[in-house]
Amino acid sequence: MKEEILFTMETPYRQPLSIRGWRFGNPEEKSLAVMGALRGNEIQQMYICGQLIQALKSLEEEGLLEPECGILVVPCANQFSANVGRRFWAADNTDINRMFPGYDQGETTQRIAARLFQALQGYRFGVQMASFYLPGDFLPHVRMMETDYQDVSQAEGFGLPYILLRTPQPYDTTTLNYNWQIWETQAFSLYTRETDSVEPRSARQAVEAVLRFLSAKGLSRQRGLPPGEQPVHLREDSLRTVLSGAGGLFLRRHGPGDVVQPGDVLAEISDPCTGQTMERLEAPCLGRVFFCHKAQLISGHEVAFRVLPWE
Amino acid sequence: MVEQVIRVPLAVGEDFIIQKNRLGQGGKRLCVVTGTHGDELEGQYVAWRLASLLQQHPEHLKGTVDIYPATNPLGISTMTRGIPQCDLDMNRTFSDNEQGAFSEYVAARLMADLVGADVCLDIHASNIYLREIPQVRINENTARRLVPLAQHLNMDFIWIHPAATVLESTLAHSLNAMDTPTLVVEMGIGMRVTRAYGDRLIAGIFSLMAHLGMWDAPVPPVSPPIVSTDGHVSFLNAPCPGLFFPSRAHASHVEEGEELGIIADPLTGEVRERIASPAAGLLFTLREYPVVYEGSLLARVLGGSV
Repeated sequence: MKEEILFTMETPYRQPLSIRGWRFGNPEEKSLAVMGALRGNEIQQMYICGQLIQALKSLEEEGLLEPECGILVVPCANQFSANVGRRFWAADNTDINRMFPGYDQGETTQRIAARLFQALQGYRFGVQMASFYLPGDFLPHVRMMETDYQDVSQAEGFGLPYILLRTPQPYDTTTLNYNWQIWETQAFSLYTRETDSVEPRSARQAVEAVLRFLSAKGLSRQRGLPPGEQPVHLREDSLRTVLSGAGGLFLRRHGPGDVVQPGDVLAEISDPCTGQTMERLEAPCLGRVFFCHKAQLISGHEVAFRVLPWE
Repeated sequence: MVEQVIRVPLAVGEDFIIQKNRLGQGGKRLCVVTGTHGDELEGQYVAWRLASLLQQHPEHLKGTVDIYPATNPLGISTMTRGIPQCDLDMNRTFSDNEQGAFSEYVAARLMADLVGADVCLDIHASNIYLREIPQVRINENTARRLVPLAQHLNMDFIWIHPAATVLESTLAHSLNAMDTPTLVVEMGIGMRVTRAYGDRLIAGIFSLMAHLGMWDAPVPPVSPPIVSTDGHVSFLNAPCPGLFFPSRAHASHVEEGEELGIIADPLTGEVRERIASPAAGLLFTLREYPVVYEGSLLARVLGGSV
């Protein structure tokens, strides 16, 4: 294990922003890059990277990494925002994950993205521990962008139960995942259940998925990992969305992973002042809850649930 | 007549409402939209003044003017640039997806209300860091259609910029793609109102309405703008962090190599960098907020070639 400062940027009034990476295995090889927190609230993503670093350290010490395996893990590129409790770049509220591939003569977060992308580029595989733009819980899954460069079969190596393919929207074209793929890295985003707090169970699942992936790709000789699952492949637009009609207190009856029947009450929305039930959100089909709104309050027309239909 | 364009319940005892003020009826329709970024207030003055003037002389209005002063009412009421609940930039959420999340639904419904207008003006005010001269920004793919309209708006400058995929989810791009000519006005600075700029745009709006046959009273002539492409704009970004103190006034003409300001270190008393203009031309963007990071935009000069 070798700790390295990938780049440093001076800031006014505070310590320089030093982005650190941890390298494992053969330093001449670029097999796998793992990116953790790009946003200041991605605590779970940072935690997963920390746990992964501990696991990779053990693998390396036990000589279980193959000679052609070179790994870089970057747990956090945005302590500047994390340390003041902000999600986006705290000076101007821009999102580093909307700045890729970056521009080294541009604005601050464009420069950060450019320098980070330079460090993360050229790897055969790239994994981003990602968070979603809506506050909610997911079933753990691997997500890939449909860029015509993606090879979805590669994602099976993680052994996570779901592989989701997303048709990119215009705003996706400046994310790390999208640009990794455009620049010939097979890119995967791993989604777990939490963002701004640690959820050890799904974090362990993510760490095991990366270790399983290394083994599946012949990059490590680790044995004894929990077996992975035969994944279900799905397109994001195949999920059935349940929208809220009313606004109020969101009292959920089901969460990610639950199997639901058509008409099952997934959640109730009640008037926060009178307690009166205003709406019952029902399952639109037989299936498994894939995504669930998490905040206690909900507006009308929010994505309350996404259900994976069982054909 | 004030109308509700969109109404969605919020969580606790309040509805989210986007309103428009419809003045006149029939004929061609001009939509004036502002407040998409909650920290940009320049358009508020224009909305108020335009509504007031049109109501003073309804006999001259030969068409319909819809004024939308606050398309992001939660943002503008809380001094938040984006949509407060999710911190998203509303001007990156426009599509026709009414089945999306709250922000996408609102954006789609707003677009549906705007589509079909003869012209739409989307008024912005830079951000809280930079001051801009009055200008219209046009994507190069729509320049042929939009520049002749923009020339009526009494702005100093029409900036024709290259297309970018990420900009496809802006209101202007989405409306132009749906055959609704939409012009983006940028002027002034965030969280402030520069009434002189607003008055210029008001005069421009009446000139545009006269051109469209929507206003039959005489309008004073407007100044012809500079029309320029990206290649003639030089960007100046901070090479280091510190405090930026400009030495030239906004909207002045500068020479190549002329000092535009310094970046100072308040701890040591040193001047960390002297910022020189990369080109001779018009200093059309100038930083107002003094704290800078490496990369912070300090200025733009029109007339250079980079």
